[in-house]
Amino acid sequence: MARLALIPVLLWMVATLSFFLLRAVPGGPFDRERAPASREAEAALKARYHWDEPLWRQYERYLGNVIRGDLGPSLKYRDHSVNDLLGQTVPVSLSLGAMAFGVAIGLGIPLGALAALKRGGWADYAAAGLTLVGVCVPVFVLGPLLVLVFGLWLGWFPVALWGPWQNAVLPTLTLGLYFAARVARWMREGMLEVLRSPHVQTARAKGLSETAVILRHVVPVALVPVISYTGPMLADLLTGSFVVENVFQIPGTGAFFINSFFSRDYTMMMGMVLFYSVLLQVLNLMSDLLLRWVDPRIRS
Amino acid sequence: MNTDPSSPGRLALRRFLRNHMAVSGVVFLLLIAAVSVLGPGVLATDPNQRSDSPFVPPGASHWMGTDIHGRDLFSRVLVGTRISLLVGAVGAGVSVLIGVTWGLVSGWRGGRTDAWMMRLVDVLYALPTVVWVMLTLTIFETRCVGWLSERWPASIPAFRLAAMMVSLGSVSWLTMARIVRAQVLSLRERPFILAAQSIGVPPVRLMLRHFLPNLAGVVIVYLTLTVPAVVLYESFLSFLGLGVRPPQASLGTLIADGASQLNPVRVRWWLLVFPAGLMALLLAALNGVGEGLRSAFEPRDGNGN
Repeated sequence: MARLALIPVLLWMVATLSFFLLRAVPGGPFDRERAPASREAEAALKARYHWDEPLWRQYERYLGNVIRGDLGPSLKYRDHSVNDLLGQTVPVSLSLGAMAFGVAIGLGIPLGALAALKRGGWADYAAAGLTLVGVCVPVFVLGPLLVLVFGLWLGWFPVALWGPWQNAVLPTLTLGLYFAARVARWMREGMLEVLRSPHVQTARAKGLSETAVILRHVVPVALVPVISYTGPMLADLLTGSFVVENVFQIPGTGAFFINSFFSRDYTMMMGMVLFYSVLLQVLNLMSDLLLRWVDPRIRS
Repeated sequence: MNTDPSSPGRLALRRFLRNHMAVSGVVFLLLIAAVSVLGPGVLATDPNQRSDSPFVPPGASHWMGTDIHGRDLFSRVLVGTRISLLVGAVGAGVSVLIGVTWGLVSGWRGGRTDAWMMRLVDVLYALPTVVWVMLTLTIFETRCVGWLSERWPASIPAFRLAAMMVSLGSVSWLTMARIVRAQVLSLRERPFILAAQSIGVPPVRLMLRHFLPNLAGVVIVYLTLTVPAVVLYESFLSFLGLGVRPPQASLGTLIADGASQLNPVRVRWWLLVFPAGLMALLLAALNGVGEGLRSAFEPRDGNGN
């Protein structure tokens, strides 16, 4: 697979670009509001982070460290490395993302399938309504609105922080509903397309029960476009998680990432950019593999 | 325009006009554009005028109430909508410029050039684009803002807006490039293009006179679908505090302000509900028009004739 070979090249490009873009900027993290007391202290600080070396040397050092899996120290949280912070925050973000993905799949696929099987039925209207919400209520609107209604007016769920399962309900719904809408739409369109195709007619003609036709001959084929859309969807899920973590004050990777922009924590930013690039590549690869497994036409 | 009643453009227009959702979307958009462009000038209220009456609920004096600084929310929503629409339109314009050029060149040159150009598009697809926009904006903040503040401090908001429009446009062109390339590939083999080539029409003229008019349909359709995407991006960035900065307002900052006022003690719903509702209507209208144009130009289900 050519894609697989391209990944290291891509990551090298990402690392190089983000390094030079950020390091080329005058006005580093040491000469702003957090300016050290004296010239000596500044020199010591720069030496500690190797900022006194020529740029080329720093780049070599950074690449070497990255290849060994070390993303360097955080400039803001002086006692932590970027790896530390990722290690603490990634589990939170991943579990949020996985639950939202579960909602998207678990709600979207059945709803889309039912909508296609009974056009004009309740599921069709529900899917259409969900799609409308998904299109015109972005995550950063849905989150605060859910907080307002279910958190403050009805008082059913806590509105912030990360802890017992009640805390996860609103963030998961916020992130998941939007993607459930998109999954439902693809599933519906995929099903409608497959229901018209000749092989379904054949299956019916040879006397299979309707259930068997749907489950064996329609649903697996209709899943193909859904799976091929999950790659791009996962990228948006990532973006959405920035907002959700921000709205619900969840200590996840996205929240730290956004913070690193405000504190000009360059090593953190570079590390996160790399991390997100790797994550997206891996997830895309997984959805590709799944697609090859489901769809024999691609394998040949 | 062609006056032949059965020309493809005419048929598409007729199909579009029959789509109630899309037509009402157009009407709503024209209305909101007119109100948000003209409104702030006509209204006497200054969107940045602070007053001593914060958190006034909606009523006769303030149609949408006032915010934490006692500023009139209605006029702030108007200027915010204007900025959001501006960013959406210009950002989508930038993306069309890049995408059409890229797709034209790639489809026209074909061969190895095409393969490399499309491979690059694939690669860019797999990058977290929002992250790159944030990175560019940060670099703009650290490098350009300092430089500007020594020379023309007044121009910083305008430049910041321009930086955002350009960087959003420069990550939103990928799908456009793919669509245009596919269209060019299919056009390239058509007799009229071959005929034009054989009588020696120079390449630039060939592009402008023969390719572009035939691309107009798909480009317009996809342009209208890019506008809401860019509006969404802008609001997303502004919501997180990385886009439009106070005292300027966009729908994103207004929603963020409204969200930050949510607390269990006093619910100031209007600060969230009005900008959020307008955002939702705006996105629904923009997408409705886009989808309407798409089905008008690409009739598939036999809905149109």
